[in-house]
Formats: sequence, C-alpha cells, structure tokens
Amino acid sequence: MTHLRYEILRTLRNPAFAGLTLALPLVLFYSVAAGQRHVMHDGTSFPLYFMTAMAVYGAMYAAMAPGARIARDRATGWLRQIRITPLRTRTEFTAKVAGAYLLALPALVLLFLAGASLGVRLSAAQWLEMAGLLLAGLAPLVVTGLVLGYLLSSDAVAPAFAGVVVLLALVGGVFGFQLATSGPVFDVMKGLPSYWLVQAGKTALGGGGWPAEAWIVVAVWTVVLIPAAALAYRRSAIRA
Amino acid sequence: MLSRLSKSYRAVHAVRGVDLVIAPGETVALLGPNGAGKTTTIEMMLGLTRPDSGTVSVFGAPPAAARQAGRFGAMLQTGSPLDHLRVREIVTLMASYYPRPLGVAEVLRLTGAEEFAGRWTTKLSGGQVQRVRFAAAIVGDPDLLLLDEPTAGLDVEGRRDFWQAMRAMTEQGKTVLFATHYLEEADACADRIVLLARGQIVADGPATEIKAQVGSRTIRATLPEATVAALAALPGVRSAERHGEAVVLTCTDADAALPALLTAFPAARDIEVAGGSLEEAFLELTAAGETTGPGDAPGGARGVTR
Repeated sequence: MTHLRYEILRTLRNPAFAGLTLALPLVLFYSVAAGQRHVMHDGTSFPLYFMTAMAVYGAMYAAMAPGARIARDRATGWLRQIRITPLRTRTEFTAKVAGAYLLALPALVLLFLAGASLGVRLSAAQWLEMAGLLLAGLAPLVVTGLVLGYLLSSDAVAPAFAGVVVLLALVGGVFGFQLATSGPVFDVMKGLPSYWLVQAGKTALGGGGWPAEAWIVVAVWTVVLIPAAALAYRRSAIRA
Repeated sequence: MLSRLSKSYRAVHAVRGVDLVIAPGETVALLGPNGAGKTTTIEMMLGLTRPDSGTVSVFGAPPAAARQAGRFGAMLQTGSPLDHLRVREIVTLMASYYPRPLGVAEVLRLTGAEEFAGRWTTKLSGGQVQRVRFAAAIVGDPDLLLLDEPTAGLDVEGRRDFWQAMRAMTEQGKTVLFATHYLEEADACADRIVLLARGQIVADGPATEIKAQVGSRTIRATLPEATVAALAALPGVRSAERHGEAVVLTCTDADAALPALLTAFPAARDIEVAGGSLEEAFLELTAAGETTGPGDAPGGARGVTR
C-alpha cells in the first residue's frame, strides 16, 4: 500500500508532467473544434466526433505516460536499490497501473468537459458507457507503457511512445478516416486495441456497445503483454 | 551463510574465479584498488549481475531467495534517490518493502539523516545522499549488509559517524561485507580482510595478518657507504634500493629492521619510517599470484594465447 501511495504522490507532485500530458489533447481539441461548433461530420456534430477522437488520443498517451517515468527512475539507478528488497512484481505493477489510470481518467474527463462546453450533449448512460469502454480498452496500452519503460533508455522512451501512439491512432482510425473497411488491412485494424477505442467512442454516437470481438482483442493483448512486462522488469535490473 | 565460488568473465575479466565463504556475524572487508572487481563481486552476491560461471549461495540458497526473504540490505555505488519524495518518505518507502523493518525515525537518527529528513531527495549534498543510501540499506533490518564503498563522498566526521552506526549493527550479529580501497578503513572496521586485485583474491585472513602483509613499511635513510646487497640482507628487510646518497628499504618487519640498520650502519642519518603504499603492495601480491601455479587461475583470457 505504501508503494502505491507514494507512486500516486510522486505523480501528483510532478504537475508539469501531468499537466502537459493532459493539456495537449485539450489544446488540440479547442483549437480545431472551437471554430467548427456547428459543422456536421458523418451525420454527427463535429465537436462530438472530435471530442471522442481526442479523448482516445489523449487517453492513450496518458495511459503510457508512467512508462516514461519508469525509464527515468531506471536511469537514476535507484531501481537497482529497490530490486534487492523483497518488493514483489505484482505490487510494483499494481502501482504503475494505478498511476496510469490516475492520468488517463482525468484525460477523459477533461475532454468530456471540453466537449460539453462546445455544446456536446449526451445522456448520463452514454457518458458512462463511453468512459467505461475507453478505460477498459486502455489496458493493453498501459501494459505497453510498462514494457517500453523497463526496456528502453530514458532518451528512447519519449519518441517510442509518440511513435506507438500515432501509429496506433492512425491505423485504428482515430484521425477520422479508416484505412480500409474490408479486406486484410481491415482485419489488422480490428486486431488492434486502438480500433476498438475508436469504436468505444462511437458508442456515444449511437453505436451499441462492444461486440465480443472487441473484448477478446483487448483481453488477448493485455494477457500477452503482462508476461512481456514482467520479463522486461526482471531483465532491467540484471546485468548479463 | 556461505557464498562460494563465484566467477565471471565479461569483455573485461572483472572477476576471475573467486572463492569466498563468509560465516554469519562476520564483518569482512573487500579491499582492493579501483577495477579490482569489488563491485562486480558484490553485485553477483546480490543477484544484480549474473555470473558467467560459478555459483553464489546466500544462507544456503540462491540470491533471489535471500532477497525475497528480505535478508539483503545494500549500499550500491550508483543510484540517486527517487525524485518527488522527501528523505523521510523514501526511507519509509524502502521500509515498506521489508517484512520486519526498523522504525523509520530510529533509522533516520542512527544514520544522521534526521536533520534533513524533510528535504527533497533532489536537493541533497553528496554526503547526505550517502546517508540516505545507508538508511535505505539498514531500514529493512537485513541479516546481510553489502556495502560498496560506503564512505565514498563522506567527510571525516561522516566517516566516523558511519562506522559508529555500523558497529551498532554488527553488534546485533549482522553479517557485513564492505568494499573499500582504504587499508585503514578495512583494518579498523573488519574482522577479516579479503584482498582483491585484478579480479582475483590475492590474500584472505584476519585483519591484523593482512595488514602486516600489505602494510609493509619503508625505511629511508641517507647512507652513502653501504652496499644494496648488505642492506637487503638485514633482518626484516625484503628489498633495498639506492637513490644517490639515499637508500630505501622495503621491510616486512620494520621493527626488526630499524635496530639492525642502526647497529650495522651507525652512520645512517635522516631516518624516516613510512607505511608502504597499498597500490605497491597490491601489485606485488598480484604479480606473485600470477607466477605461482597458472592452473589456479581459470583460463578465460589465457585459453586463446596458449
């Protein structure tokens, strides 16, 4: 519990880090959507469409952000000091996952508030369903953040995260266009958690929740990535 | 507790065939110059570095088991304390990882970290960071303390405080292994000294014995008429050199050599007795170790050139 508490404390005490992580999608949202309040996009209002897109984008970034701090903590060398203590991998991961959601949740809420400020109106059930599915769909990204944080140097981790987020967003259809609607490319898209994050956003636009396929994709990615993160964690302290 | 036969070959042969058994409750100094393999040896014992060959056993089990049981405490040479925490908080955090930690307030007092306990970890001086490392090492009340140059960066007062606190720990029956390149520190604080040079143990024994072995003294005197051969033949003298009118005697037993010198050569003037340099002693011992029995040294580098 102490480990979790200090993890959260350290996140909150770093306002520049948290602030920038949260601010970027917000700034993007306002700068693009503010001028197009009354424009329609694919039959929905542009602010609603763009709010979900930026919520997905921002939450993906926030979910991976703790990985950047892992890489930095590793660079200081103190993690080796921790690795001679009985601290368990599960305790460490629980704290990091909590830290990730601690940033991802406000990232979503802020975007929703921003959307509401530009006239987006949804029912309480729609808000909750969208938020719930987005948070669930972020799980593989949270774990990816851990894998990269334990694997990469602190210099490499920032460009790696930017690359992963942009690539996933692009292929998943976050930026408003889909690369394909059928065929092998579409199959690849449907295998990515980011595609289902976009679909989660669309539930608010009148879609009907996630199909079983979505839950399977998200679960498989998460289950496969957790051992990878555990391996990266173990390797990160030991010199060959 | 025993730790036996740990070897490692890397691009540089950091540790070559080290055999070491440490009994519970012992305070052992790992003494050697820079690059002797002290850090690598300690990190292998902690399981932070994997040996290429050989095994490490701590309290009869692999290092991972000792770690999980909370039996390790260590001061590593690298590692600045995590940021966005205060000193008291990081010590509390380290304590939370162990099953039966000491009281945080007690540890802060013992390590002298009390006076800056409220300070951010990123705003500490080198000596203060070292105290925080010390606090992190002992707060879990570990059975085995591994300290890699624990007094590096501490001033004279800091060193004295450190060893005082350390003695309190060893009196409770803790096993301590510390690396140092100061003979005085090893002599004053350890029951036993293990001398490491170029990745090999070159001497191992009670502190007093090792001190006599490596702490050879030199006698300098102005003495124009004596021959080097006659000086070297004096009791307690290992070798003699001449530099113009001055002679330098390297002694195994300066207490015997000095009266013998004065008896044989009453004309000797400007006599000085000084402790020999540790570096010289290391080089001598290492050289001796390499000429005797090449079979002793596992042939990592040698295998190619043979």
